[in-house]
Amino acid sequence: MIRAVMVMNTQGKPRLAKFYDFQPPEKQQELIRSVYGGFLCSRAENVSNFVQADAIFGPDTLMVYKHYATLYFVFVFDSSENELAMLDLIQVFVETLDKCFKNVCELDIVFNFSKMHTILDEIIFGGQVLETISAEVMKAVDEITKLEKASNAVTLVPKSVSGWQSR
Amino acid sequence: MSASSIMESLFQRSLDDLIKGIRLQLIGESKFITKAMEEIRREIKTTDSQTKAVALEKLTYLNSIHGIDMSWAAFHVVEVMSSSRFAHKKIGYLAASQSFNEGTDVILLITNQLRKDLTSTNEFEVGLALECLSVIATTDLARDLTPEIFTLLSSSKTFVRKKAVAVILRIFVKYPDAVKVSFKRLVENLENSDPHVMSAAVGVFCELASKDPDPRLYLPLAPEFYRILVDCKNNWILIKVLKIFAKLLPLEPRLAKRVVDPICEHMRRTGAKSLMFECIRTVVTTLTDYESAVKLAVEKIRELLVDDDPNLKYLGLQALSILGAKHLWPVLENKDVVINSLSDADPNIKLEALHLVMGMVSETNVAEISRVLVNYALKSEPQFCNEILGSILSTCGRNFYEIVVDFDWYVSLLGEMSRNPHCQKGEEIESQFVDIGLRVKDARPELVRVARDLLIDPALLGNPFLHRILAASAWVSGEYVEFSKNPFELMEALLQPRTSLLPPLIRAVYIHSAFKVLVFCLHSYLVQREVIHPSSVDDLATGMPDLGFGIKCVEVSDIAKCQSAADCGHDDEFNPRVSDISVEDSTMETTRDITVHEASSSVSLQKEPFTHESILNLLNLVKMALGPHSGTDEVEVQDRAQNVLGFIKMIEQELHGLLGEEKGNFEIGEHKVPKIIELMYNAFSKELGPVSVSAQERVPIPDGLMLKEDLSDLDNMCADVLKPPSSSFTTGNPQFGEREGDSFFNLHGKEPEPSTESTLLLAQHRKQHGLYYLPSDKNETVSNDYPPANEPPLLSNLVDGTQDLMKLTEQSLASKKKSNHAKPRPVVVKLDEGDELPVSATKLTKESKDDSLSGALRDILLGDKVNPMSSQRQPSDKSSGKREKEALVDSGYASRSKQNLGDAQPSHGSSSSRRSKHRSHGKEKQRSPRRNNEGKEDTQKDKKKGSHHHRRHKTRQRADGPPNVISQTPVIPDFLL
Repeated sequence: MIRAVMVMNTQGKPRLAKFYDFQPPEKQQELIRSVYGGFLCSRAENVSNFVQADAIFGPDTLMVYKHYATLYFVFVFDSSENELAMLDLIQVFVETLDKCFKNVCELDIVFNFSKMHTILDEIIFGGQVLETISAEVMKAVDEITKLEKASNAVTLVPKSVSGWQSR
Repeated sequence: MSASSIMESLFQRSLDDLIKGIRLQLIGESKFITKAMEEIRREIKTTDSQTKAVALEKLTYLNSIHGIDMSWAAFHVVEVMSSSRFAHKKIGYLAASQSFNEGTDVILLITNQLRKDLTSTNEFEVGLALECLSVIATTDLARDLTPEIFTLLSSSKTFVRKKAVAVILRIFVKYPDAVKVSFKRLVENLENSDPHVMSAAVGVFCELASKDPDPRLYLPLAPEFYRILVDCKNNWILIKVLKIFAKLLPLEPRLAKRVVDPICEHMRRTGAKSLMFECIRTVVTTLTDYESAVKLAVEKIRELLVDDDPNLKYLGLQALSILGAKHLWPVLENKDVVINSLSDADPNIKLEALHLVMGMVSETNVAEISRVLVNYALKSEPQFCNEILGSILSTCGRNFYEIVVDFDWYVSLLGEMSRNPHCQKGEEIESQFVDIGLRVKDARPELVRVARDLLIDPALLGNPFLHRILAASAWVSGEYVEFSKNPFELMEALLQPRTSLLPPLIRAVYIHSAFKVLVFCLHSYLVQREVIHPSSVDDLATGMPDLGFGIKCVEVSDIAKCQSAADCGHDDEFNPRVSDISVEDSTMETTRDITVHEASSSVSLQKEPFTHESILNLLNLVKMALGPHSGTDEVEVQDRAQNVLGFIKMIEQELHGLLGEEKGNFEIGEHKVPKIIELMYNAFSKELGPVSVSAQERVPIPDGLMLKEDLSDLDNMCADVLKPPSSSFTTGNPQFGEREGDSFFNLHGKEPEPSTESTLLLAQHRKQHGLYYLPSDKNETVSNDYPPANEPPLLSNLVDGTQDLMKLTEQSLASKKKSNHAKPRPVVVKLDEGDELPVSATKLTKESKDDSLSGALRDILLGDKVNPMSSQRQPSDKSSGKREKEALVDSGYASRSKQNLGDAQPSHGSSSSRRSKHRSHGKEKQRSPRRNNEGKEDTQKDKKKGSHHHRRHKTRQRADGPPNVISQTPVIPDFLL
């Protein structure tokens, strides 16, 4: 099972954090800090992407990270996941983001908080991998976005109109 | 709609504005966030749903990225969740899955909203609700929503169905009874044609099997998993299935025979490294008995090892080290890669290579490998250096230094490790130093030599990581001072000025060791002067034959007497070194006369090492060094220093007189000093041994000591008189009070107030109730009978120790390797065999933790194990068997409880204790076959046979008494055949 997904930049600023077992906000921040300070910031280039995470996330946990431009993508998981498969899954996630935002960069991730979660939720559901094909993820995300827009558009106009009329 | 709400919504900061504001940092991040939070708190209370939703979105963002608390907004989350607009609902659900947990009280309010959304026609709304449930479901939610999720398990929409399957995991964990309702549907999803649904179902089973303390429960599903393993082309699913088999294979050997071929086939064919590695891992963990599979795996591991990708290399090494536990040949075959990996830039690879190297260590090559590694550690960066040292220490120390044959070598290796500038393993080395001293008698001379080298080096005192090692060295040299070549030099080392760098507790050890050295020197001098006759000590030793080597003087006097020293193994090494040292250290003032005296003859100490002058110098040295400590405010140091100084003061006067006189001129009876010194010497020469964990249990409780009764009386008294805790100290331990407490009172005339008060209280109380904690006469006899605190563990240790030695010799006879060594391995005193207790304890807790879920699963899976049996009887009619299973499961929940109620036994129903659960379960087992038969009656012809079988089964159970689950498990049939 996947315990947590984190995206942070090379300065250790969190850009996305999802924990599949509840952590209070202070604890979340602390975990992110220790992942960055304890491992990522001092990690050399061109070394293996796995880190034993027992010290931070408890026994039987492993961490895999991938470094893209200014961002680190970090997945934390236990022994019922395959290490290389997790590495692939990060790739799937990033590919999907790339398709969604057309050449994704850090700013896209900063400003699309809710969409990031929509995408991630289609891939990982309650800590389990549900979708591994980015085209399928895109399809669902597009539908959801459409639905969101529709529900906003329908109600925005009448609301403001009725608001003006009532005056 | 009022104007204010329009203004609000028009001028509200959106999430984008918020993020921009934070990034601009005009007024500083935290200040800006505080301001934004004020806005959010205002906006979120509005009646306008749009404003509220945006405010909540902002809050969720701040919570997730900046760690701002949002638990206060839980009710607003519920409000936004229940919005009819999808965009708002989505914001609400995200906020809920982000912030709700077991402690959120409003979580009770969302049950109906979730139910509504789960039954929505919009699949994305259903998806939102399921997603949220998968993270926040509580026991109540899981119970209340199980029917809706059960329906969704067979939804026609893949999007919904796969999520419903995945959410089942959380539902089962939180509400194990849901298993009864939905397990069958979950199994059906394993056969779904859609890979998404199948993948989700396999994933759920993988999680269940890996979390369950008893994966045996999933054995009945093995045929399904086998089919997937053979037919499926999806790598993700295959990996999960392999993970499940890795759990099941150790439980069922017949299974291994079936899956080994398909697994090898996948390993050969697949292009995906992840799947290949999973196949390798399955083989190396669970299929090590299949030679061809192992060979193939090793071949593939080799591919990984030579890959440029550090990830693959690392995993290859990992697989190799798993395999290394069973087969050493693959490790040896790849020795070159492993050794080269030690110097890899990648920390993971290095560490894994180190584990592999340590795995290759045996008693024949331990010296060579350790030498190489210790030298390599010198060149490595600090972290890896300590990994190396740590793994050498743990490997060599494993199972009472199992692989160490030459302890002299190992002890000097410990000394060398201590000198590594990066060494941070002080604690481990300390404990091994002392432990070897206690357990391995033959290693003591070398231990003392190594300890001396460490103590004498003033540079080491400056390294705080080494302080623990120095403490152990000081203790060892004090305790085994008779092996020291030059006690005077040792004394100087122990009292050197730089010891002020040590923490007080360790300085106290130093001073105490100095005390021991001093006593040893004085005693040896007197023996030499024939003031004390060593024979008297020998008598003492023979008086306690049980102690064997208990009295060290035996050895010392041996050395003194027989120069040939044929019987003492260490003497050969002992003598030549002394001459070396004496030349080296000839500059030292106090020792000069000795060296001058003895430089000519290579035989040293024994003859006349202790002169009048040297003893006087020694005393002066001690007084000089410890004088300042007597006024220090560190109590331990002060205490020890005072002890030594007091001792010197006591003997000094008379000693001067003694020293002046001629050899052998006195009668011992005339002087106190020789007696005192001998007394002290004997006190220090009692052998200290390792103490067994169970030593206390072996001390028989003396007759008439009724601990429990009196303590319960004490409880009563404590209950009605509130006494300060200090009083319970004196009352709670009556023995202490009478023996040591009294003398304590005498020594310190002024007792602090509270305890006199408490004794008064106590006296009052005794008067009042006419009760005594322990009858005083009884207590006296008890304390007379009670053996001295030190002895019983010592005696029992020795008995135990000899038993262990017997075992040890048996072992060494049994294995050929050990007998090959020219030099016999010294005796290592062992006391406790293994540590099975803690293991079983953890097992127990783990079991009890997951009890409810696995209990429910056991009901389902072993409950329908009858079915595979019946289908085995009629292999052609598989589907009918399945239908039965379904009927059983679907109707199971209701009908079973009814039947239980109908049963004569009232203990069923809501039985919560584990035991009664098992019993009722066993009962069920008796019933379910019969029920099955009833269902079969119209269709099956062989019912007679079946019922006969079951009846017999039933009677057997009855005869066995209370049926238990374990007795049932062997009935598991041959699933795959």
